[in-house]
Amino acid sequence: MQVDITPQQGAELLARLINNELPDKHGRYGPFGGCYAPETLVPALSRLADNVYRYLADDDFMAHLDQQLSTWVGRPTALTHAQGLSKRWGAEVYLKREDLAHTGAHKINNALGQALLAQEMGAKRVIAETGAGQHGVATAAACARVGIPCTVYMGAVDIQRQAPNVDRMHQLGARVVAVESGDKTLRAAIDEAFRNWVADPDGSYYLLGSAVGPHPYPYLVQRLQSVIGSEARSQILDQTGSLPDVAIACVGGGSNAIGLFHPLLADESIALLGVEAGGHGPALGDNSATLAAGKPGVLHGSYSVLLYDNDGQIQDTHSVSAGLDYPGVGPEHSLLQALGRVNYVSATDTDALNALQECCAAEGILPALESAHALAGARAWAKDNQGKAILIGLSGRGDKDMPTLSQHIPSPLGEDKGARADD
Amino acid sequence: MSKLLPREQITAALEAANTNNKVALVPFITAGYPDKDAFISTLKAIATEGDVVEIGVPFSDPMADGVTIQRSSHAAIAAGVSLHWILDELTAAEDLGAPVVLMSYLNPLLAFGYEALAKQCIAAGVCGFIVPDLPWEESAEFRAVMDKYGLALVQLVTPVTPDDRLEMLCKGSQGFVYAVTITGITGGDVALPPTVTDYLDQVKSHTSVPVCAGFGVRHASQVENLGHHANGVIVGSALVEQLEAGADPAPFLRDLRS
Repeated sequence: MQVDITPQQGAELLARLINNELPDKHGRYGPFGGCYAPETLVPALSRLADNVYRYLADDDFMAHLDQQLSTWVGRPTALTHAQGLSKRWGAEVYLKREDLAHTGAHKINNALGQALLAQEMGAKRVIAETGAGQHGVATAAACARVGIPCTVYMGAVDIQRQAPNVDRMHQLGARVVAVESGDKTLRAAIDEAFRNWVADPDGSYYLLGSAVGPHPYPYLVQRLQSVIGSEARSQILDQTGSLPDVAIACVGGGSNAIGLFHPLLADESIALLGVEAGGHGPALGDNSATLAAGKPGVLHGSYSVLLYDNDGQIQDTHSVSAGLDYPGVGPEHSLLQALGRVNYVSATDTDALNALQECCAAEGILPALESAHALAGARAWAKDNQGKAILIGLSGRGDKDMPTLSQHIPSPLGEDKGARADD
Repeated sequence: MSKLLPREQITAALEAANTNNKVALVPFITAGYPDKDAFISTLKAIATEGDVVEIGVPFSDPMADGVTIQRSSHAAIAAGVSLHWILDELTAAEDLGAPVVLMSYLNPLLAFGYEALAKQCIAAGVCGFIVPDLPWEESAEFRAVMDKYGLALVQLVTPVTPDDRLEMLCKGSQGFVYAVTITGITGGDVALPPTVTDYLDQVKSHTSVPVCAGFGVRHASQVENLGHHANGVIVGSALVEQLEAGADPAPFLRDLRS
C-alpha cells in the first residue's frame, strides 16, 4: 500500500467512521473514495448524494423502509447457533442468516432501500449490474414491488454460470442484457451499466449493488446493509449474553461485509475478519484477493485498493464465486485495512467448496459460494482460536450455484459404483 | 517572442485554423491501433489534416466509451500498447507538425506517476491531457503538476452540465474546452440534438479558449453545422473505424471539412 496514515491520524479516522462522520463531504474515507465519474454523471451523482442524505435522515422514509424490510423481506433474519460446525471446529459458531432474506441474499436490503429512493426521486427506470445474479434478482424483485421498470447488465460468463438467477430475473419482469465486452463478468457489467446511465442520467436511476463506485454509493450501500450487523449484534447478545470474539464475512466489493462490520466497529473486543476470494492461488490473475495483492487506484468512480498491472490496466481476476470475482473493493474496506481494524485474508476455490459441503452436512444449510469463503475463513480462524465465539455473515443461499457445484462436486448418482464398493 | 507553453500551443493551433476561416479539426486515434508498427506514420497522416491530434491511451475499462473505442482499446492493450510505449514512440519521432493531446482514463496516469509523466510529456512533445474520469473536484493534484510544466488539463462539459458548473469548468479549462455534444458515450451514429447549437453558444460565452465539439461526429454536414458554433470538432470513433477498414485517413478527414 502506498498510503501513509500515522497512528494518530488512524485513531482519528476510526473515531470519525464510528461516529458516522465519514465519508466527508467529498465522499472521502481518509485517502480513499471520492467521485471519479464522467462529467455527464457529475450532476446526477450530486443530486443522488443530496437525496441520500435527505431520505436517510427522513423518519417517514426510514419507517416505510423498516416496514417493508419486516413484512416483505422477512427481517430480522435468524441468527442460528451452528451446533454441528461448533463441534467440528471447537468453537461457538453463529450464522447470521441473510440466506433467509427474500430472494435469498443480503442484496435485497440494499436493492429495496435504493428502489424506494428511486421512487422518491421520480426515476422512470432503474438500471443495475449483477455478478452472481443475486443483486440482479433482488433489484428485479424490488423494482417489481415498487413499480419501476428495470434493466440488469450481466456478464456473458456469469450468465452461463448463474443461469437459474437469469430465469428468476426474467420472471420478475427485468430485462437482462448480456455484456460481451471486457472480461464478461461483474467488472464489465459495471462498465456497461455506467455507459447506459451516461446516456440517460436524469431519467434513469443506477441501482449499484455493492459498496463500491463513486460517492455516495459506498455510503448509501453501507447504510442500507448495516441492518445485518445491527441485528446480529443484538441477537447474539440475546442468545449468549455476550459479544462474539470475531465477526467474519466474505469480501468482493464488500457490501455484506461492511453491513456486518460497520455496526461492530466500536466494539473493540470484536476482531473483524474479511475473507477474499483466493481463487486457484496467489499468482496475479488467478484470484480476486484485492486487498491482499492490490494497490490504490481508480476504477468505477472511486479511489480504492485495486488489482492492476504496472501500466495501470485493471487485472483480470478469477474466483469460482461470481459475486467475489471483482478486481476492486469498496473504499471503506481500504481504509479499514489501512487502519488495521479489519484483517483481510483469502480462501481458495477449494477451501470454499469444502466449507460449502461441510456446512451442508453439518447444518443442513446450502450457502452461496460467496458465503462459503467466509465459512472457510472461519474454519481456519477457529483452528488457531479454539473455544471462541464466531459470528459469520452467511450472505446468501447456494441454489444459484448448482450449475457450478455440479461441475466441481461429483453428483452421488455418478459416484454410485464407488460408493457401493466402499459399503 | 517567448516560446509558447505546451498548453498555449494547443490554443494557438486551433485559433490558427479559425483565422484561416476554417473550423479546427481534432482527429482522435487509439494509440497503436489497428497496427502498432504504423503508429507514428498514422499520426503523421492525421496530423497533416488535423490542427491538434488527440491520442487515446488504451484502458481496460473505458466506461465513457462506445463499442469502437472499447474494441480498439482492448486490441491495443493486447498488442502491448502502454503509456510508456506511447511516450517512448513520440519521443523518438520527429515533430508531427500539430500539437498532441493525450486522452487517458486516470488509472494509467496514477500508475505512471504524475511528475514522471509530465516530465516525459515535455520530452515527447505532448501538450496536454483529457481525462474522462477526472472531474474538476478530484483534479487538484493532477492539475498542479500540469500547471508546473505548462501542460493543459482540458475540461469536458456536457449538455446536462448546470450553468454555474459550466461557467466554472469553462474558466478552468486549458488549451480548449471539450464540449460533449450528446448525453451519452462516444461513437454513436445519431443525429445531434437540435439544441446542440444553443448549448455550444452558451459554452463559448463562458470561455476565452477555443471550444471543440466531440462525441458522435461522423459527417461533413455535422462538421459544417457545428463549425458555426464551435471553434473545432473532434472526430474519434468514425476515424478509428476508417483505420480499421484499412482506409487512408487523410481523404476522410479532408472530406469532413469540405
